[in-house]
Amino acid sequence: MDFGDSPAEAEFRTRLRTWLVDNTPDLPASSTSDDYWAGQADWHRSLYAAGFFGLSWPKEIGGQELPTTCDVILDDELAAAGAPPRPSLGYLVQGIWHHGNEDIRRRLLPGIVDGSERWCQGFSEPDAGSDLASLRTTAVRDGDDYVLNGHKVWTSYSDAADWCLVLARTDSTVPKHKGISAFRVPMHQPGVQQRPLKMINGVTREFGEVHFDNARASAADMIGEPGEGWRLAMTVVSHEREPGELGYVARYRKSVKQLAERVAETPDGFRSDQLEQLAWAMVESQMLRSHVCRRLSDRLDGITHGPEGSVDKLLMTQVEQTVGHAALALGGGEDTWLELYLYSRAQSVMGGTAQIQRNLVATRILGLPTS
Amino acid sequence: MDVRLSDEQRALRDAAAAVVTKLGPGSVADLDDKSRAQRLDAAIDAAGWRDLRAAEDDGSPLASAVEVALVAEELARGPADAAYLGPLLAAELRRLTGSPAADIPETLAMSRDLAGLASASEPAIAIDAAGAQRALLLGSDVSDARLITVVAVPLATVATDAVDLTRRAVALDPADGETEQVGRVAGEDLVRFAALGLAVASADLVGLMRGAIDLACEYAATRKQYDLAVGSFQAVQHLLADAYVAMEGSRSAALHAAWAVDALAPADALAAAASAKAYCARAARSACESSIQVHGGIGNTWECKAHLYLRRALVSSELFGGVGISLQRVLDHELGATSGLR
Repeated sequence: MDFGDSPAEAEFRTRLRTWLVDNTPDLPASSTSDDYWAGQADWHRSLYAAGFFGLSWPKEIGGQELPTTCDVILDDELAAAGAPPRPSLGYLVQGIWHHGNEDIRRRLLPGIVDGSERWCQGFSEPDAGSDLASLRTTAVRDGDDYVLNGHKVWTSYSDAADWCLVLARTDSTVPKHKGISAFRVPMHQPGVQQRPLKMINGVTREFGEVHFDNARASAADMIGEPGEGWRLAMTVVSHEREPGELGYVARYRKSVKQLAERVAETPDGFRSDQLEQLAWAMVESQMLRSHVCRRLSDRLDGITHGPEGSVDKLLMTQVEQTVGHAALALGGGEDTWLELYLYSRAQSVMGGTAQIQRNLVATRILGLPTS
Repeated sequence: MDVRLSDEQRALRDAAAAVVTKLGPGSVADLDDKSRAQRLDAAIDAAGWRDLRAAEDDGSPLASAVEVALVAEELARGPADAAYLGPLLAAELRRLTGSPAADIPETLAMSRDLAGLASASEPAIAIDAAGAQRALLLGSDVSDARLITVVAVPLATVATDAVDLTRRAVALDPADGETEQVGRVAGEDLVRFAALGLAVASADLVGLMRGAIDLACEYAATRKQYDLAVGSFQAVQHLLADAYVAMEGSRSAALHAAWAVDALAPADALAAAASAKAYCARAARSACESSIQVHGGIGNTWECKAHLYLRRALVSSELFGGVGISLQRVLDHELGATSGLR
């Protein structure tokens, strides 16, 4: 039981820290400004080119095959350097890796990992949010293609994406969970229209909606078997709930560091109630780091978590919103405090609402009876 | 970095869990079963868990704070009505002074607010004092921060009315009795000692949260209203889910704090422990209150075990510094002792 660095990990940390001195881009806090999203792709490619992205993933898809716990070190050092967090793509990679065949893995994953191809995720629909399995987008076989029709919403990065991972109904004669398949759909085609949605913090380059009007996807780009879409979706969303997969600890600790620096500049300039909120943000972000160490250590054994992902999601949500409240109280953090606070409200909705996560914890972990 | 437990650590944890499952109080009425309590005490004694921080020949402790925390968590889950944390920390204090192990059972005397070791010049309270005949505290000459005297005072056998029904407390005034010098401890070692105290108390809070949540889940699965188990109602489920999530976060924080005790510099270890303590203390009170809430009217009766956990949480939360003191320590460490949250 050791939270400390092994000699190899210490060497990795030093190498990363040295690289960050010259390669930390001057970007605003993530998700608080469109300027961040404009620079994010370059940051991804720069991180990848230096060997600091996809740390635990297989080499054949562009990963480094390092122990899973190296992501903790990456998040530590990104936060300390004031760098942007690592791109949150782990859940896409995990979903395609676990459900795609050899051909799919080889064709799709390297471009996601190296940042040369941008992806978005077409799961939610206007009438299928928490009840995702009731989705209505259809895919009908036509020769070597499938033809898609439907409407996706809350689609992050739809404006920048080259491809969309789409869940669509391929069989309406079976129970709703069993008739869904997953596809890679090219975004740049006449049958696809996307439109950004402005978030409550003013950001326009993160959220979007996508209309498929006789859009086409190659049948060879179905990921998994026909009807396997629901299981793929569950793999994706369970990883989307894990702060260790998303790298959000770096985001929270960077914000806390900036708030602390603001206080340190004028130690007498803040009331005790403001400082108390900062202290809780420190306590909670430290807790989340320790929690991610625990979860990523479990993965050294190859353990993949099931319903525990909902625990992690709720912890992550609590931390993000506590940091948001501290930012609001101190009015600090790159002068984007309002944007940071407002963005934190999305954390208890995206990737499955906090209410749904509590249902899952109660029934799948605590074993309480379902009503 | 690999925070998985070793096989030995798992075995230790499982052994402590087995003892408390077999011999811990199954109900409030069981607290009066002296023969059971004696068997529990004897089992802990035989396992040697109170000596985990006693000195090896080279002066290092027999076990790391991680092992100490694993046992603490399991005992609190019971909750075990036998001494552990008090005598264990007394042995640690003796080790740090370089003096030989105690010849009779000892515990710690804390300041009346439980926030730190008492000094000989103030009224004090001996914590976790079941079976203890002597308590350790600091000499009244605390002016020298580099080398501080540790003294021992004999303990009365009359227990004080305790908040915590599972751990005995004895009020004392060191001025009333003879104090005996134990040795001297370096200021830096006292900082590490406080970190250990906070880490063990945090682990205790994690364990009692687990006990309180398990108790409430069992009740919610069996208690029926409207012809349905109350645990099937979302309002009840969400209370318990929140408690469970906070417990899991607490466990991660407490585990890190326990590791930090022996691995980091004293000031860093204290900050890690204070951070964990603040998180665990807030989570534990809330989880124990939720356990009582889920039990409804029954939860507000003396005979329901739920208040044993809440009462224990109230004491463990204050040991070596409660939420406010812990938050201040975190701020001081992160901001360089310039902050004004007092």
